[in-house]
Amino acid sequence: MELSKEKLLWMYKKMVQIRQFELKTDELYKKNMIWGTYHLYVGEEATAVGACAALEPTDYITSTHRGHGHTIAKGADLKRMMAELLGKETGYCKGRGGSMHIADISTGHLGANGIVAGGIPIATGAALASKLREDGKVTLCFFGDGAANTGTFNESLNMAGIWKLPVVYFCENNQYAMSAPVNKFTAVKNIADRAASYNMPGVIVDGNDVLEVYKAVKEAVDRARKGEGPTLIEAKTYRWFGHSKSDPRVYRTREEEEEWKKKDPIKRFAEKLLSEGVATEEELKKIDEEVVKEIEEAYQFAVESPEPKVEDLAKYVYAEEGE
Amino acid sequence: MAEKLYIEALAEAIKEEFERDPNVFMMGEDIGIYGGAFGVTKGMYPKYKDKLIETPISEASIVGAGVGAALVGMRPIVEIMFSDFMMDAMEWIVNQAAKLRYMTGGQLKVPLVIRSPMGSGTGAAAQHSQSLPAMFAHIPGLKVVMPATPYDVKGLFKAAVRDDNPVIFFEHKLLYWTKGEVPEGDYIVPIGKADVKREGKDITIIAGSITVIRSLEAAEKLKGEGIDVEVIDIRSLSPLDTETIVNSVIKTGKVLIVEDDNKSYGWGAEVLSRIVESDAFDYLDYPIQRLGGKDVPIPYNPKLEGAAVPQVEDIIETVKAIFGKE
Repeated sequence: MELSKEKLLWMYKKMVQIRQFELKTDELYKKNMIWGTYHLYVGEEATAVGACAALEPTDYITSTHRGHGHTIAKGADLKRMMAELLGKETGYCKGRGGSMHIADISTGHLGANGIVAGGIPIATGAALASKLREDGKVTLCFFGDGAANTGTFNESLNMAGIWKLPVVYFCENNQYAMSAPVNKFTAVKNIADRAASYNMPGVIVDGNDVLEVYKAVKEAVDRARKGEGPTLIEAKTYRWFGHSKSDPRVYRTREEEEEWKKKDPIKRFAEKLLSEGVATEEELKKIDEEVVKEIEEAYQFAVESPEPKVEDLAKYVYAEEGE
Repeated sequence: MAEKLYIEALAEAIKEEFERDPNVFMMGEDIGIYGGAFGVTKGMYPKYKDKLIETPISEASIVGAGVGAALVGMRPIVEIMFSDFMMDAMEWIVNQAAKLRYMTGGQLKVPLVIRSPMGSGTGAAAQHSQSLPAMFAHIPGLKVVMPATPYDVKGLFKAAVRDDNPVIFFEHKLLYWTKGEVPEGDYIVPIGKADVKREGKDITIIAGSITVIRSLEAAEKLKGEGIDVEVIDIRSLSPLDTETIVNSVIKTGKVLIVEDDNKSYGWGAEVLSRIVESDAFDYLDYPIQRLGGKDVPIPYNPKLEGAAVPQVEDIIETVKAIFGKE
């Protein structure tokens, strides 16, 4: 493997953090501690981590309604994320946004977005800014298979194509847009095939293989940074849980779910790290335990944090002068 | 002070903002060598070609990309060729630009200007002639302005570019070729401040954009009838300067609101409510009157088109009726 041990173990740890964060989120919801909705990322950990591992800390991402994984992979603080889910003043959005709107400008995260395809034009604009300013930054735009059927997907990828913007459009095809199977609602077999319409490379990767994701994104990021323009990457993956908290998953079989669980991205990566002698079982176990502790600390921080004050309801509607 | 056209004053403001701040640029359809559908950027292209980003016909993504560029520190100006086409970009204006700051607890900001021609009077019919500022003023997180004079368009445009919030900037098409005094160089007209365009003691007319010009013309003619009209140009719909309005109403006791938007659920209803809710209510000696566009799509035929929005004669007649004159 070309990557350093340190980087590979960082990737492993991030994937485990995402998994544990999501399982804790589900647990807290079932204890009535989470007020609104959330969309769990379990099963897709390799896409967020592989993609973000290929970015510099100063590069930008845009995220989706299923954004916890992207946010953790880009380097956000688990405590402030958990506090946001619990609607606390110490959360990333001071309790005003909740699960679907977490942003962390300090790590280049321009925001999760409650609107499907919300991030696509925003990422395009951030990349346009980088081109105009020649700041050398790349923007990676996460979106789902459902977003690929919106009008702004066409508009924005065309704009990025004509202007050769430093952007990577990264489609997480998790097979379902809510209940809608991708093959029933998408006229082409692969979303990546659409890249031809925008004069950019279209790349398909196994979204459950973190190193394959990393490799494809790294190549696209390097191209973008050199001024050679955008890339459309489609990572085929699967969400293990329902679309959101209330989804009984009547549109798919338990057998199908079991087949995908056999391709668990964390298990696969752990096996690879062990079989190639990068890490020992003890080392991985130690990481697992560290993460359990971090999640517990994040939970404690969130629980003990204050709620926003009702008298501050109208704060942050407008930016005041000098802010 | 030099007399300039509204469109010249606006172009001057754009160029001066380009020069002042390297983060300012403009995106839009046909704004390059063609100079924009109404000619606002005419002649700018060779000198400012790096500042004028010509786009495909993709209103939603033009505004969305403007939002993205604003989030990372640019100060984009987006031109939407006709404000009717903003309907294609509503998601990016209403769900994104207006809300990103609030829903991230103040972490993000969107210093974006969306400027767009509006209004009827050009024979372009229903899909190219609407006045829709009230629709945007309903959305928390947006600022909405609609300057009526060359002086105000330059100063308010500069204020809009320098504001850290999304500002929707409406230019009535019939104003582009009107003239007025415009100072050389830099000055600001603050967003959220109304302006008494004509002082008078008998009645307050509250107008915005094109209806300011029509109200001023009506006021001159009403002088001959012995009626001394005060004309307030609200300039900004959001935030709305209630204080200036209330002070005038306390002075005159009579109110006519004239809007170019169609009347039902228009901004005139909001202005009326603010007056009724204020101390000025006790000073009213006649029911507040409103003139607005008819509740119809803008028609093509020039007679019908003219009848669809308030004209100078409509204002004169309404004021005369308030004073019991036929």
